[in-house]
Amino acid sequence: MGAAAIMAGTLLSACGSGSTGTPVLNLYAYPQQHRADLVKRCNQQAHGKYRIDLNLLPRTADQQREQLVRRLAAGDHGMDILGVDVTWTAELAKAGWILPWTGSNRQQVEHGTLPAPLSTATINGQLYGAPNNTNVQLLWYRSDLMPKPPSTYQGLIDEATRLKKAGKPHYVEVTGAQYEGLVVWFNSVLAAAGGSILNKAGTQVSLGKPAVTALSTMHKFANSAAADPSLSNTQEDPARLAVEGGTAAAEINWPYVYASMAADKPAMLKNFKWAPIPGITGTGKATIGGENLAVSKYSDHPDLAFTAALCLRDAANQKYGAILDGVPPTIESVYHDTRPLDPSKKADAKTNPSMVTAYPMRQAILDELHTAVSRPVTATYQNVSTVTSTLLSPPQAIQPVPTERELRSQIDKALQSKGVLP
Amino acid sequence: MPEPAAGTVAAAGGAEPAARGAHRAALSEGRRSERRLGWLLCLPAAVVMVVVTIYPIVYALLLSFQRADLRFPSDNKWIGLTNYVTVLTNSFWWHAFAITMIVTVVSVAVELVLGMALAMIMHRTLLGRGLVRTLALIPYGIVTVVAAYGWRYAWTPGYGYLANVLAHNSAPLTQQAPAVGIIILAEIWKTTPFMALLLMAGLAIVPDDLQRAASMDGATTWQRFTQVTLPLMKPAILVALLFRTLDAVRIYDNIYVLTNGAQGTSSLSILTYHNLIGGLNLGIGSTMSILMFIAVAIIAFIFIKGFGTAAPGSDATGRR
Repeated sequence: MGAAAIMAGTLLSACGSGSTGTPVLNLYAYPQQHRADLVKRCNQQAHGKYRIDLNLLPRTADQQREQLVRRLAAGDHGMDILGVDVTWTAELAKAGWILPWTGSNRQQVEHGTLPAPLSTATINGQLYGAPNNTNVQLLWYRSDLMPKPPSTYQGLIDEATRLKKAGKPHYVEVTGAQYEGLVVWFNSVLAAAGGSILNKAGTQVSLGKPAVTALSTMHKFANSAAADPSLSNTQEDPARLAVEGGTAAAEINWPYVYASMAADKPAMLKNFKWAPIPGITGTGKATIGGENLAVSKYSDHPDLAFTAALCLRDAANQKYGAILDGVPPTIESVYHDTRPLDPSKKADAKTNPSMVTAYPMRQAILDELHTAVSRPVTATYQNVSTVTSTLLSPPQAIQPVPTERELRSQIDKALQSKGVLP
Repeated sequence: MPEPAAGTVAAAGGAEPAARGAHRAALSEGRRSERRLGWLLCLPAAVVMVVVTIYPIVYALLLSFQRADLRFPSDNKWIGLTNYVTVLTNSFWWHAFAITMIVTVVSVAVELVLGMALAMIMHRTLLGRGLVRTLALIPYGIVTVVAAYGWRYAWTPGYGYLANVLAHNSAPLTQQAPAVGIIILAEIWKTTPFMALLLMAGLAIVPDDLQRAASMDGATTWQRFTQVTLPLMKPAILVALLFRTLDAVRIYDNIYVLTNGAQGTSSLSILTYHNLIGGLNLGIGSTMSILMFIAVAIIAFIFIKGFGTAAPGSDATGRR
């Protein structure tokens, strides 16, 4: 009897903490080193109106998505603000699991935010997420080996052939393993060829002639001097390590590689330069990455959740995250902010960095963001992505015309959720 | 005077012929109430069984006839056998089927041989029998996912002690054939002790007298093994094979950790998981689950009817 009473008391107190006193908003997001600081700052600013509790999702993207969708499918009230990968936003919106941003909330999100990240959260004209951070890949190269960075894949192949003849490191690393990175690579090359995987509405397969051109480019690259023998196994990190380790001359990768080079191989940093992502006839178009903040349909405090999400992604927090965690901001003005983290003290690259010292490549990122393309905005993105990466792997074996035909057929089935996922 | 109740008569004894009939009635009455009590005692367990197993199976069956995608809740509708046609005409499904069969046949065959050898060793060991058995059972005691992570890291280039034995830069888990080989190896390492344990129980029922008699008749060790031990162990071997085959057909955890189905190494369970949980397609995923259920049922049927496998505790005809 006593034990039952204690148990009931514990359960009651556990349930009651959210319903009385300060409302608790549960934020579910991927692990980011300084995210807790951002949450703390917003909690202080809320002055007791709400309290955000940070809950970390698993490390890998697939596991993060699985946890979110399983709980949302079950109508879980324990989640309020969701850190959603740009590619899942449409899926969660179509399933009716996240709320649209409307009225002044929407205006505040759109004010000063770059159009490319906004496009990842806009579905049928409605906004379903507040872009919290964004990302684009750049061409990173060793200027001691490649004095002039090529702007096309053919140029990279030619440079690699020249370096190979000279007996120098000549690989150009790309994400060729069978995973999301391969879809990102294909999406970028396809955009450079003037095409896209799906039509704008995300309802039909587009591909066609530009896709054949893109697939030919990937096939040619994968069988050239530029391709690392372990291309079909290369993800972002092995690509970074190949350049840092001195076996590769260049890589197409996210901006975090710069901070990594500064930490791991400071001696190489002076020759480690960046250029726009390569294309087919000229500079290419990057595929956009990043995170949107969404509010769960099952949240018990949706209005407060929108307010809290606005705080989490405001300019000050985005600047903090960009400088300390290396996640590029979605608010354009942050790129031009020259003040250090603590404006009351003198700027210093190590102790008090600013966007200028932490992001020397910020203008290149901004330029790419203006032309960047998103991955297909469709509720069935997971299916489209899985099918695409399976059919394009290994890149050495791509046969442009038959592969395009197979992609078209399998993606078409995936769109109607009729196909079988590999 | 009203007739006394059967129970009262039985209790009172009474005349012979009348008493016999009354006695029978009393017994059947007693039996009836006992049976009723039995049913009442079983009821909670039966209800739990229905709720936790029958209901999900029926629900999965119903879902398999529907277009049910969590992302398009408004498009759900009854589509008959369309999902079955979709799955059974899909190359990914048959590829996963082939991989599952290869893993099942190869791993169970190797496990049978190794398990038998291990069982003989454990059965015959005179010194340190407990220690030998404990050592042999260690792999089976380790959680499969933990063991699979051990295998994965061992085969990861750079820090894996097994990968470092191979040529530089080779990553066997990223190529189909070596990856399937490693999956099979991990399965064998993990479940051979289980096979050995079942076979050792079978070995224990072979009478020593028969072995000695065969030996007196001049049978060699091999002849004694093939003509005395194996025939007598047949029920134990078939049960061990049935258990392990059904287990291997459902293989999931090892593949999930080692490759998660990349490079064409998906098993039926992995494929089902990807469609059901990853793809949120309840219709297709449930269809796959039902098809796996049928496959497992067919295998069990072949073993029991075809080979005469008997469940432990039943007679030779398979009846209890």
